[in-house]
Amino acid sequence: MISRRGLFAGGAATAAGALAAESSARTEPPAPARSQAQVRSPGRLEPFHGAHQAGVATTPQAHAVFLGFDLLPDTRREAIVRLLRLLTDDAARLTQGRPALADTEPELATNPARLTVTFGFGPGLFTAAGVGSPVAALPAFGTDRLEKQWSGGDLLVQVCADDAVTVAHAVRMIVKDARSFARVRWTQRGFRSGTRRNLMGQLEGTVNPTDRLDQAVWIGKGPLRGGTTMVLRRIRMKLETWDAADRVAREFTIGRRLGTGAPLTGAAETDEPDYARKNHLGFPVISEYAHIRRAHVTDPALRLLRRPYNYDEGLTEKGESDSGLLFASYQADLDRQFVPVQRRLAEADLLNEWITTIGSAVFAIPPGCAPGGWIGEGLLT
Amino acid sequence: MFSRHALVLAAAVVALAGCGSPAAAPVAAPVSAPTVSASATAGLSITDPWVKTTEKGMTAAFGTLVNKGDSPITIVSGASPLSPVIELHEVVESGGKMVMRPKEGGFVVPAHGTHELQPGGDHIMLMGVTKEVLPGATIPFTLQVKDGEPLEFTAVGKDFAGGEEDYQPGHK
Repeated sequence: MISRRGLFAGGAATAAGALAAESSARTEPPAPARSQAQVRSPGRLEPFHGAHQAGVATTPQAHAVFLGFDLLPDTRREAIVRLLRLLTDDAARLTQGRPALADTEPELATNPARLTVTFGFGPGLFTAAGVGSPVAALPAFGTDRLEKQWSGGDLLVQVCADDAVTVAHAVRMIVKDARSFARVRWTQRGFRSGTRRNLMGQLEGTVNPTDRLDQAVWIGKGPLRGGTTMVLRRIRMKLETWDAADRVAREFTIGRRLGTGAPLTGAAETDEPDYARKNHLGFPVISEYAHIRRAHVTDPALRLLRRPYNYDEGLTEKGESDSGLLFASYQADLDRQFVPVQRRLAEADLLNEWITTIGSAVFAIPPGCAPGGWIGEGLLT
Repeated sequence: MFSRHALVLAAAVVALAGCGSPAAAPVAAPVSAPTVSASATAGLSITDPWVKTTEKGMTAAFGTLVNKGDSPITIVSGASPLSPVIELHEVVESGGKMVMRPKEGGFVVPAHGTHELQPGGDHIMLMGVTKEVLPGATIPFTLQVKDGEPLEFTAVGKDFAGGEEDYQPGHK
């Protein structure tokens, strides 16, 4: 038998769940997951032009690279506009299976594999352009152990596709065109599985506001109308100690079954968790500190659109992993949506025992553009 | 003193260089737009024109000339406010290495065909560039057509590592 105490010891976990995403926002049976379906056949196109940038509501592709740039000193609005025109043009061509202008490897552009290239502006870009920033850095959270090498950044370029070579080529073109304007601050590579499992074995993306995007994700007014905000958190998983937690402890930590993803009070992944139900000892079946309870958001219009990718970097000499989640979250309102959830998780989430946020960055995601336009045109001119 | 000519030239380049204040930049063509430019010469256009960035000196412009007409079209010369000396070049082997030189007779775009201007091949050569060509800048060009109206277009500045062939001026 497992004692309750044992469960806690084994199980104090955190945001993996955040990671495990599922939890965070759920309540209604998710629309069978447009945003979570997975790898498709190569060669398919995702549209580039439109009211919204692709790569947010787009069904997540298998591979992602998140590039964080810092503008070079004295890079002001005129130069930023030239940069964004160049990068927009690269994205418009490559996502449609056409070589970039002056592409030295045009053959690598012929398999778009659902490529999307999404741009985000950090507070520093707005400052450099002499424009008020619609986003500010997040408040500090007690559980964060942020490293500069994974945090901040003036410009985000998120490159996703179902083919890793397609991603590499797009990244290469983007970086070549950005060099004269910016330095690479960080590169974060991620991957997803058709099983929706993260590297702790948990199901990701059970609850996403896929049917409420116009309220939860897309901003309805102001210069960012049609855009959104993005938080990118690098969440390290302590897989060596997670190994020591048994299945009961793991499920208690999250509040869901590992096998089915069902809440501990239900039978299917899509069942609504019953947070009020007690066990025979009078304790809640889903712990007060279970990840899904801490991350739960009742109002679907306030849920986060989570689009996480796993990361798994080099091993240490002892074979210890450097693994975790690139937790990408999109929401119309950072302060009303992201911050309260993250505060509750930082306060008390069993999963915190095994996960630590080591990187954090915030970006405004401008709306999409029409053919001939460029991303950011409504914000910087 | 600056001559009026020089001033006009400099101003033009600055504007092109994309610069700037929206008010100062006359029509800054978006990067993705100048992909096709038509000539008054029926059927002639250029797609994806771009120019290699440079601080000064020599550089080159590229793109795909397209002729939708029924007769071949010959490009005989080029001009741009960026450079007082512009030549139409080809790249050929000479003494075991690739060199560029003026192309005799200019570029001929076949009827219902295309003529590729690319690094390592035919290109529009700019010499004595005095104003930095910045990445993302839009640079105007004019190509003179034999027995026809000129082709005007803007090319976008792109950073590019190649296109460093040796120059062999004139024909032997």
